[in-house]
Amino acid sequence: METNAIEISNLHKRFGPLDVLKGVSLTARQGDVVSIIGGSGSGKSTFLRCINFLETPSEGSITVHGEAIAVRRGKDGAMLPADRRQLQRIRARLGMVFQSFNLWQHMTVLENVIEAPTRVLGVRRDEAIHDAETLLRRVGLYEKRDVYPAFMSGGQQQRAAIARALAIKPLVMLFDEPTSALDPELVGEVLSVIRDLAQEKRTMILVTHEMKFAREVSSHVVFLHNGLIAEQGTPAEIFGSPQCEPLRKFISSIN
Amino acid sequence: MFDLTLLSLSPPGWGATLLCGFLNSVTLAAGGYLIGLVIGIGGALGKLSDNAFLRELCDIYTTAVRAVPELVLILVLYYAGTDALNQLLTVLGFASVDISGLAAGILVIGVVQGAYSTEVLRGAILAIPHGQVETAKAYGMSPLLTLRRVTLPAMLPFALPGLSNLWLIATKDTALLAVVGFGELTLATKQAAGTTKDYLLFYTAAAAMYLCLTLLSNLVIKLIDRRATRGLAVMHA
Repeated sequence: METNAIEISNLHKRFGPLDVLKGVSLTARQGDVVSIIGGSGSGKSTFLRCINFLETPSEGSITVHGEAIAVRRGKDGAMLPADRRQLQRIRARLGMVFQSFNLWQHMTVLENVIEAPTRVLGVRRDEAIHDAETLLRRVGLYEKRDVYPAFMSGGQQQRAAIARALAIKPLVMLFDEPTSALDPELVGEVLSVIRDLAQEKRTMILVTHEMKFAREVSSHVVFLHNGLIAEQGTPAEIFGSPQCEPLRKFISSIN
Repeated sequence: MFDLTLLSLSPPGWGATLLCGFLNSVTLAAGGYLIGLVIGIGGALGKLSDNAFLRELCDIYTTAVRAVPELVLILVLYYAGTDALNQLLTVLGFASVDISGLAAGILVIGVVQGAYSTEVLRGAILAIPHGQVETAKAYGMSPLLTLRRVTLPAMLPFALPGLSNLWLIATKDTALLAVVGFGELTLATKQAAGTTKDYLLFYTAAAAMYLCLTLLSNLVIKLIDRRATRGLAVMHA
């Protein structure tokens, strides 16, 4: 049997007295495209950020390609990563795309794309540049490779950020509301790049507000409500015949 | 009105003395500034760290150094510092050493500059958009790599105005070392002027040299600034 790309079990996250995630489990097989939907404050971004420990979970475990992220308990009982190097190694194989792009402002597009491969993964510079140029061609930004991010549109920046994520040859791509910060007319170009990735069977976990898009590209849709998975299933099930009341309300509110 | 032959490099001209003092001043300023930067980076990171003890320690340092007049600090660190070092060496069974005026001066300026650099750099690091550092983390960069590749270059545009200020201050702080008898430009000028009684000539010459240093510095700062901010659309506008 093939190893699962990602297994998340019983994930809890508390911010002080606030229980944001109350025990979320999710498994993505290789090639799965899992969309996470839910209202504001449902915990969907926090959930995604827990996967690579940008937020340290309060409880639960994350396993990437069969390797569990090692944790220990701090003096106050809080969960902490136990092995910095292991965490860095696992993070380096999770291609994260942020809502606000987060391209490094002091580097050109090309420098952004080769940074992690050369500095973290130890790829030779000329090889990394060659790969990066192929990726930039793919997202339609080859001509922009020597431009600084601040001089590009949001859509271009996000496509460059996707190229940066692809450059580490990720086991799983993590998208945190990749089109939420974009002007409406720029959303399409970013979604079309993500659609291509879904079609070539890349494993992806996608937090999104684009319901039509989620319905079209996902193999699996998860509806988070109040820090729990209220409902999950195929796009047809979730959008076609929602069972629980919160999901029905959520879907009617966005249509 | 001016007897310019007094500025010639060979006696009876005092040009060589002045030039030597000027070079000493530049060396002092550059050395002290660099040490200050290193202390400043450490101090800023210490102040921003999770470690309460470290934060407190850095706070005591910046408060103490910035509270005492620089002239007093220089006297204290210069005389008391070398004295303390020699006493320590004696206790440890080593022969006492003669610390060169230049080395002591650089160290003194470095300690003073470090306190101010700490604050400038701390502010600049806080001005970096949070996502820049978070992304480095998400891509598996170690803390040291993040510092070198993201934090330091990303904070540079915000730090440069403050840091260039500090450099210009450092060039002139060197004059304070005259009180401990170190032969930098101001002391050299004083000797030349005192001996020849041509006060106006020599102090004007010294002022011109300080001015030249500042003008040259401004040129270099502009180049560095242009390079550091080339990724920032707003700052070019």
